[in-house]
Amino acid sequence: MPDLIKVGMADYKVGRNPANLISYGLGSCVGIALYDPVTKVGGLAHIMLPDSKQARSAENPAKFADTALPLMLDDIIKLGAAKSRIIAKIAGGAQMFTFANATDIMRVGERNAEAVKMVLKKLDIKMLAEDTGGNYGRTVELKLDSGIYRVKTIDKGEKEL
Amino acid sequence: MSEDILKLSALQLDALREIGNVGAGNSATALSQIINRKIDMTVPQVAIMPLNDVPDVVGGPDAMVAGVYLRVFGPAPSSILFLLPRDSAFYLVDMLMGREQGNTTSLNSMDESALMEIGNILAGAYLNALSHFTNLTLLPSIPALAMDMAGAILSVILSQLGQMGDHALVIETEFTTEFDGVKGHFFLIPDPGSLSTILAAIGVKE
Repeated sequence: MPDLIKVGMADYKVGRNPANLISYGLGSCVGIALYDPVTKVGGLAHIMLPDSKQARSAENPAKFADTALPLMLDDIIKLGAAKSRIIAKIAGGAQMFTFANATDIMRVGERNAEAVKMVLKKLDIKMLAEDTGGNYGRTVELKLDSGIYRVKTIDKGEKEL
Repeated sequence: MSEDILKLSALQLDALREIGNVGAGNSATALSQIINRKIDMTVPQVAIMPLNDVPDVVGGPDAMVAGVYLRVFGPAPSSILFLLPRDSAFYLVDMLMGREQGNTTSLNSMDESALMEIGNILAGAYLNALSHFTNLTLLPSIPALAMDMAGAILSVILSQLGQMGDHALVIETEFTTEFDGVKGHFFLIPDPGSLSTILAAIGVKE
């Protein structure tokens, strides 16, 4: 069995094959997998918020889409990945509770997913697959031997991206 | 550290615990009357913990739970979350609907309403005590329900707190029924800024 590296909320981890990166119970957060299929090096980020510039405290860069992704990208390049080969897969960004008058606070999942896509575009990384939105939680796992990104839910089944 | 909650004094934490105690006591009484069972509750924990650790309170980010979420409006906006492990939620629904224990394995819309109503009553009882204590008028929104992974449900609140820092002030009580093993966790999580309003209202601002 390959090592299972756990990624907590507002954190990211990188690794190389043989290992899998996993993050449990994403709701409005987004899990971003970056992967180089040739060197089999990758990273998984679990971001909570779209934009560090809108937050009062930005001490932890891994919490925000705009600051976590460039850092994680640097780290996997240091592990031997080539920027031009890196691809992205994303999952999460749900809205767990529905209120009639959904405020911006409630829509944070949607804003997270939008922000992640914008940052990937800015970094010129191709997004191959996404599974975002809905009103349910997801557990995500990046398999570094194949680049398969597995998305597990409680009662919406399991997907491989 | 720029976070205000890391600077709370022992006296302030005691005051918050006492508020939690009275609020949760009220809630436990209300719940006990509805389901006609004796309810034990723990002395409320007032904890300042890293956001990442909050899901561990209810069994980890991938634990299956039912969550009833309410916003609190008024001078000290907050979030209230009543979390139950899935089995406890099913047992509680059995009791409320007069079914034999073990009969519920998924929730129909009537069951969901019943759980939301429980959340409503607990929150109302809790806020009543809190309002009384602080002289602040605090009103709950209508409840919303989700049945999912604990991490996913908590992310709704944690992402709001994440705007301000990396820690959450959690006032938490555990309810347990005497024989049936129904367990629930009641969280009050003040929005950033609300805490100082509450502390000022009970006279322990400094």
